[in-house]
Amino acid sequence: MAVESLKCKECGESYPLEARFVCEQCFGPLEVAYDFSGLDPGEARRKIQAGSRGIWRYSDFLPFESRPADPLEPGLTPLVRADRLAERLGLGELWIKNDAANPTHSFKDRVVAVAIAKAQELGFETVACASTGNLANAVAAKAAAVGLDSYVFVPADLEEQKLLATGIYGTKLVGIRGTYDDVNRLCTELSQTHPWAFVNVNLRPYYSEGSKTLAFETIEQLGWKVPDRVVAPIASGSMFTKVAKGMRDWIELGLVEGELPTFCGAQALGCSPVATAFAEGTDVCKPERRPDTIAKSLAIGDPADGPYAIELARDTGGVIESVTDDEIREGIRLLAETTGVFTETAGGVTVGVLTKLAESGAIGSDERVVAYITGEGLKTLDANREAFRMHEIEPSLDAFEAEFGTAGVSA
Amino acid sequence: MSVTVKIPAQLRAATGGEGELEVEGSTVGEALDAVFDQHDGLRERITQDGDLRRFVNVYVSGEDIRFQDGLDTAVSEGDEVTILPAVAGG
Repeated sequence: MAVESLKCKECGESYPLEARFVCEQCFGPLEVAYDFSGLDPGEARRKIQAGSRGIWRYSDFLPFESRPADPLEPGLTPLVRADRLAERLGLGELWIKNDAANPTHSFKDRVVAVAIAKAQELGFETVACASTGNLANAVAAKAAAVGLDSYVFVPADLEEQKLLATGIYGTKLVGIRGTYDDVNRLCTELSQTHPWAFVNVNLRPYYSEGSKTLAFETIEQLGWKVPDRVVAPIASGSMFTKVAKGMRDWIELGLVEGELPTFCGAQALGCSPVATAFAEGTDVCKPERRPDTIAKSLAIGDPADGPYAIELARDTGGVIESVTDDEIREGIRLLAETTGVFTETAGGVTVGVLTKLAESGAIGSDERVVAYITGEGLKTLDANREAFRMHEIEPSLDAFEAEFGTAGVSA
Repeated sequence: MSVTVKIPAQLRAATGGEGELEVEGSTVGEALDAVFDQHDGLRERITQDGDLRRFVNVYVSGEDIRFQDGLDTAVSEGDEVTILPAVAGG
């Protein structure tokens, strides 16, 4: 049992396990291939359960010969049963995977852990990325933790919190005057000339494997069961499709019984190329030139895995939906008020779409639903400044009573 | 119209290692055809049934041709036409 090669998702051509991401025959994306022959599912489960308290407990299913050292291990984030939210939405069994509970407060710590471990194995001295913010935090922090140089490229108009939580780690933070897709193009060009490990360009096949750990954890935390439905955000579509890959792999290998869940994707209306293509019945995602949404972490106008995300939603009977900025704000508030989890705008997108699906009656009352909350509310503070008002009063009983009456007074 | 077509590293096996080609053409499509005339192996790598493959992006002076007229996008003397893989990012 071992990681075997890189393989083109389009034409099947194989390549050695190097820093490469594109098939030279057809330009398709490369993906890590494994040889799991001889795997004993019971033994694999026991090994996982005896493993570390993070993503490296799944290292047999990640692209390494042996478990890498990691001073900032992400993963094993809470999967919380959200009965109050389920009740509000009229759902039966709802779980929130709170992936804000990672070292830099988003799911990106998972993919970066895998990519940077691979960068170290391949001998790179500098790591880099094209980011909408969360990835920037994760790369800067992990590079600092392991002692690598880093360059982090972001759109210059990102949320202040995300810029600050990147720059503090001592990275070279480069703000590009343009959209995320401009940043991405520049990084793709730089990857041609600089001997750097761009985690989501030339190391992308490894990087994306990290998202499978979201699937593995969900299954383990549900008591070795597969959910009936997944609701998750889509930016490039990489995480969305890799959660499915993780679940499919474990079902096929016999680590868990069941079928692949219904996969529902969530986008912001102001940047919804995948949802639009899904609605139009095509798998060609017309790129969004000028994304305009408060969900900046999902504002990818030209989503690399869009076609695969659409295929996944269709094949599993799911949908890809979008929500307005107001619905995103409402989603953030609803999640906070019913679960105690404060998410960033991307989580508001997920909860907004979950709400929409619940209201449309698309979700059966007997379904076990898992919604993926991928980032932390403190990173996008501007989104909810108007969500509440503070009662500011003088420090006196009279002032309190003037504001609240005799609420709470016992007779 | 003489334009420069920039070839990504992943395709240079088909151009004998060349990363930049000077060709004539008045549209992106014509410029690419001129490139294919010089290096036939490139045609099937980046096109399929006369269209660009779905994981190929082409830019004229930094601007994605899908926001212009696709392969019919006009090019001017000295423009740079850049071919890049589309599977990055996210």
